[in-house]
Amino acid sequence: MTLLSVEGLTVELPGSARPVLDTVHLRVAAGEVVGLVGESGSGKSVTARSALGLLPARAHVTGRVLVEGKDLVGADAARLREVRTSVASMVFQDPRAGINPVRRIGDFLAEPLRLVKGWSRRQAEARALELLAAVGLPDPPRHLRQYPHQLSGGMLQRVMIAGALAGEPKLLLCDEPTTALDVSTQAEILALLGALQRERGLGMLLITHDIELAAATCDRVYVMYAGRIVEEASAADLFGSPRHPYTRGLLGSTPPLTGPMERLHPVPGAPMSLAESAPGCAFAARCAFAEPGRCDQAPPGLLPLPAAAVPSTAAADPTGSADRRAACFRVAELPAVVTSEVAP
Amino acid sequence: MTALLEVSGLRKAYGATTAVDGVSFTLPPGGALGLVGESGSGKTTTARMLVGLEQPDSGSITVLGRPLAARVRGRAARLARAKAVQIVFQDPYLSLDARLTIGATLDAVLRLHGLGDRAARAARVRELLGQVGLGEREAAALPRHLSGGQRQRAAIARALAVEPAVLVLDEAVSALDVSVQAQVLNVLADIRRDAGIGLVFVSHDFAVVRYVCDEALVLLRGRPVEHRPMAELLAAPEHPYTRLLLDSVPHPGWDPASIAQRRRQLAQ
Repeated sequence: MTLLSVEGLTVELPGSARPVLDTVHLRVAAGEVVGLVGESGSGKSVTARSALGLLPARAHVTGRVLVEGKDLVGADAARLREVRTSVASMVFQDPRAGINPVRRIGDFLAEPLRLVKGWSRRQAEARALELLAAVGLPDPPRHLRQYPHQLSGGMLQRVMIAGALAGEPKLLLCDEPTTALDVSTQAEILALLGALQRERGLGMLLITHDIELAAATCDRVYVMYAGRIVEEASAADLFGSPRHPYTRGLLGSTPPLTGPMERLHPVPGAPMSLAESAPGCAFAARCAFAEPGRCDQAPPGLLPLPAAAVPSTAAADPTGSADRRAACFRVAELPAVVTSEVAP
Repeated sequence: MTALLEVSGLRKAYGATTAVDGVSFTLPPGGALGLVGESGSGKTTTARMLVGLEQPDSGSITVLGRPLAARVRGRAARLARAKAVQIVFQDPYLSLDARLTIGATLDAVLRLHGLGDRAARAARVRELLGQVGLGEREAAALPRHLSGGQRQRAAIARALAVEPAVLVLDEAVSALDVSVQAQVLNVLADIRRDAGIGLVFVSHDFAVVRYVCDEALVLLRGRPVEHRPMAELLAAPEHPYTRLLLDSVPHPGWDPASIAQRRRQLAQ
C-alpha cells in the first residue's frame, strides 16, 4: 500500500489570486525517498503539511490526501491525532524555532510520549535516551538535561529528528531539514536521515530548494512551480535529462563546481507570488520556449512523456516512461539537453 | 601598481572567543577574493572590520595605500570611508530604507557625495539601475514592493553609487531563490568586468565563489587554512578542511556518511 498518496489536492486561500496548491498528485511508498523541489511560494511546504492534515484554517480544499489509504481531508480529530502520533512526522527547517527554548531536551522528547501514549516518566525518559542515541548524539544522559541553547544547530537538528522518530512513524516528512545548517553539517544530517530511513524502512519526503541535493539523495523527485507539479522523474533522469523548461532553468542557474565555467543562463523574472495568476502555464511568462496562443491559454496537465521525448535508453524499456511526467505543452518538441557532469 | 586593499594580521576577539586571527590578503585592482567558511569561521567579522563596523584588536586595513582610520570624525572623513569600502548584506529588507523609493535612495547617495545637478543625478540613477538590470518601474517602487532579487540588486546599485574602491558582499546571494540568485551572480560578473571594482565575496558556497572570484581564502574557526587561486584550490585542495567543504557540496554519487565521518575526525 502506498504510504502517502496525494490525489488532485487543490488548496485555495481567500484573497490570493491563484490556488496555493493546484491539483497536486504525489505519492510516497514505504522505503522510498522522494524529493519535492521548488522555490519560495511553490507550495512544497503546504504539500508536505497536508500529509499531517495541517492545512491552513480558512482554506478551501478539494482532492484527497491518503495516508495508509485513509483520507485526511475532513478527517476527525481522532484520526488526525492517530496519523500525527504514529504514522507520519515532520522535521522542520529551523530547530531553534521548532523546539521550545525554555524547556529541557528531555521534556521535549518525553512529554509527547507521556501525554499521548500515557507512559510513565521513567518509561518516557528511557525512550528519550534511546532516541538521542539513535540520532548519534554523543552523551544522551547529559543532553536530556540540557536546554536548546546549549547545543549547536546541527546537534539540535538531531534532537528534532529524535523527536520525529518518537512515535515510530512510517513516513518522515523533512521540510528543508538542512537549509539552516552549514554545508558539512548538512552532510551529517543527511547521512543520519539516510541511515534511519534504510534501517527502519521509512518512506521519506524531502522538501528542498536545492535540486542538486534532491538528485544526490532521492530515488524520485517532483519539481513544483506556483502550486503545481511540473515534472516527475527518477533522480537520475531528472538530473541527466531534465524535460520541463523550469527544471532545466533550475539546473542552469547553479554554477558548476568543476568543468568549464560558462556564463549562467538564469530564468528571467521571479517566482510567481500568490498575488499573481496566469490563465495558462504559470511558468510561461519566464519561459524561453513559451508559445503565445498555446502556452498562455489553459494550464498544461501533468502527463507521461511521449515516447519521442524520452531519452533512448529509457524508451527501450516499455515501463521506462511510466514515472516520467511533465506539465508542458511543448515537451515533445524541445531539444534534448545534455547537462554536464558536475561531480568532482 | 598600488593594491586596492591590503589586509594584514587582522585579529578580533570577543572576550575569551577569538573570532578572527591572522587574516591577511591583498586585493589587486579589479580583483575578487572569496572568503569561504562555515558559521563561526570569522568571515562575517572580517567583512564587518573591512567596512569599519567592528574595530580590529590588531592588524591593519589599507585601501589604495591609505590606512582605514580607527575612528571616523566629521563629514569629510565619513564620505572618504564610504568611498573606500561599501558593503551589501545578506538581507536587503533590513539594509534599504523602507520609506524611500529605490530611485530616491540612490539620488540621496549621489547628492551626499556631491553630485549637485539634479538632471545629472537622474541620469546617473538610470545608469546605476541599468547596471544591475532594473528600470523605471523599480526606481519608483518602495523596497517592500520589490522581490528579494530586485531588492538585492537595488542594494548593489546603492553601494555602486558611491563608486567605492572595494565592494564587500556578505552572503549577498544566499537568501535568494536559485533562479534569482543566478541573475544577481551575472550582475556581479558584469560589474567586475565593467567597473573594475575590487570584490570581497563572503560565502559558504564554493560553486558561487568560483563563479565570481579569482581566488579564495578558506577560514576555519577564525584562522585562514588555505588561500589560493580558485582553479588551483578546486583542482587540488591541500587542507583537509577545504577538501571536506568541497565534498560536502551535493553531487551525483554523493556519500554524506563518509563526509560526516571525516568531519568528526577533523573536529578532534
